[in-house]
Amino acid sequence: MDFTLSKEHEMARTLFREFAEKEVKPLAIEVDETEEFPRETVEKMAKAGFMGIPIPKEYGGQGCDVLTYAMCVEELAKVCGTTAVIVSAHTSLCCDPILTYGTEEQKQKYLPDLASGKKIGAFGLTEPGAGTDAQGQQTKAVLEGDEWVLNGSKIFITNGKEADVYVIFAITGMIEKRGRMTKEISAFIVEKGTPGFSFGTKEKKMGIRGSSTYELIFTDCHIPKDNMLGQQGKGFGIAMHTLDGGRIGIAAQALGIGEGALDRTIAYVQERKQFGRAIGAFQNTQFQLADMATKAQAAQFMVYKAACTKDQYTKDHKTSYNVEAAMAKLYAAEMAMEVTTKAVQLHGGYGYTREYEVERMMRDAKITEIYEGTSEVQRMVISANLLK
Amino acid sequence: MKVVVCVKQVPDTKGGVKFNPDGTLDRAAMLTIMNPDDKAGLEAALRLKDQYGAEVTVVTMGLPKAEEVLREAIAMGADKGILVTDRVLGGADTWATSQTLAGAIRNLDYDLIITGRQAIDGDTAQVGPQISEHLGIPVISYAQKITVEGDSVVVERQYDDRYHVLKAKMPCLITALAELNEPRYMTPGGIFDAYKAEITTWGRAELKDVEDSNLGLKGSPTQIARASDKVRKGKGEKVTLDPTESVAYIMDKLKEKHVI
Repeated sequence: MDFTLSKEHEMARTLFREFAEKEVKPLAIEVDETEEFPRETVEKMAKAGFMGIPIPKEYGGQGCDVLTYAMCVEELAKVCGTTAVIVSAHTSLCCDPILTYGTEEQKQKYLPDLASGKKIGAFGLTEPGAGTDAQGQQTKAVLEGDEWVLNGSKIFITNGKEADVYVIFAITGMIEKRGRMTKEISAFIVEKGTPGFSFGTKEKKMGIRGSSTYELIFTDCHIPKDNMLGQQGKGFGIAMHTLDGGRIGIAAQALGIGEGALDRTIAYVQERKQFGRAIGAFQNTQFQLADMATKAQAAQFMVYKAACTKDQYTKDHKTSYNVEAAMAKLYAAEMAMEVTTKAVQLHGGYGYTREYEVERMMRDAKITEIYEGTSEVQRMVISANLLK
Repeated sequence: MKVVVCVKQVPDTKGGVKFNPDGTLDRAAMLTIMNPDDKAGLEAALRLKDQYGAEVTVVTMGLPKAEEVLREAIAMGADKGILVTDRVLGGADTWATSQTLAGAIRNLDYDLIITGRQAIDGDTAQVGPQISEHLGIPVISYAQKITVEGDSVVVERQYDDRYHVLKAKMPCLITALAELNEPRYMTPGGIFDAYKAEITTWGRAELKDVEDSNLGLKGSPTQIARASDKVRKGKGEKVTLDPTESVAYIMDKLKEKHVI
């Protein structure tokens, strides 16, 4: 077992870090305050190839592994949780299912523009009555001639109004399963601008405030028959498999948020003086920092392990990575929440103000315990594997 | 069109500076970056590649570790990297360095050579012009803008308060300023490709038409008397006079110190 990163990965980290420091960090406070999507940053990321890191070169991507992608999200999240989730949702939740389940025509049609960042991707599964219980959805798709007609709505959609290509899930019928009638769910690719596809409310969120979280509304939205993604009725499996991958992205985001808060706290406790000494000289501070750093390191190992396991899956299409992804997300998200909370505490009153970024990081961290499967769902996934 | 870009791996001053006992920089012990002026020169070459399909070859002289800066250049989009490294080349000043690089470049076909104006470790701004002298080609230094017109280059040469527009027939050499452009980032895929790319390594034997007496520490006319990290500034002097007297006092001091 070798924990050393390759020279390529080290250089990639240098690139991501330099980009994050120079292009993302200076805007992070503004993005949070104004709740505006950082489009210029996304354009710069597109130019640098960040929007298609694990997509093969034949589809216009960078052809890198999942580990490199996770490191990119991690480094972005160290300075801005919003920017990190834009990349994560785009890559894991839109590019990845099209790459995995798309027909060759669909891949050729959508992936080059997505991987180059010319277009942005999003994913629509959640509905008002269907969060963790994905089977509870109401959005329907009915085949009329050569077109599917979508009706319904999706909520809490990351990259909502800014995306161009959406992977959307809808009920395409009822099927009998173990003697019971259940909903048959299928996946579709929907393009922005399709008549009948509009946007509803923009969510006012606690954190990741620049990430454009919108409701998507489908009213007699006609899409070509060929835009079904994967086979009819396989939508639930596609959604679950996509979320397994997405969790690695969110775990990397959580990891970065925690590490970013730790970095700022290490700097702060060496500057801040109380009772004539830097607060870093007090044993309480030192022990807090030791715990924070240890947990961040553990989370990093878990995230990288999950990413490497998914890489193995990419090669053999056999290796399972859902448990690794669930564990990494569970641990990294809870680490991020704990570390950012401690970071605010160590910053004292200043940490509670918006001037000091740990305040934003604590708000950003919370969502990582909720989206793409709550921590409770991750525990269900992990325990189901233990007791099968 | 073939463009050769000379780049130097320099200490990242953010990481602190370390010296060998002989006063030369301990390059192996420092964090390094691509010299900023050289990076602008590389970006200028890559724009010529984007525009005219130029082939970009990057040359560096240094320790084997300097291979990293070539990989970085390839990850940004350069086509080839050549590392000139040999123990006999160590300790070179600008004269020996320019002799070495010219000796390497003589093996290459080129229309244009681009170097940075100066490196942040030595700050001499001599190597680029010296290379052109050794190769017998024109040089335009301090380029703030470069365009190609047929078989010539048109360059804006920067001064403090103005610029000159100069035209030179290729082959020629241009020294670039960091202000020339905003260098592109490496791409993640480019990094992985760069580590698969073969770096050509040349030693003393591959240098063309260069005398041994012009190479390495022995071939360097510059002798370092002393080197230090930070120069401690004097305490300074505070004088309270009216403005006219103050100016006269400062002028006298500057004359006394032979500044003017």
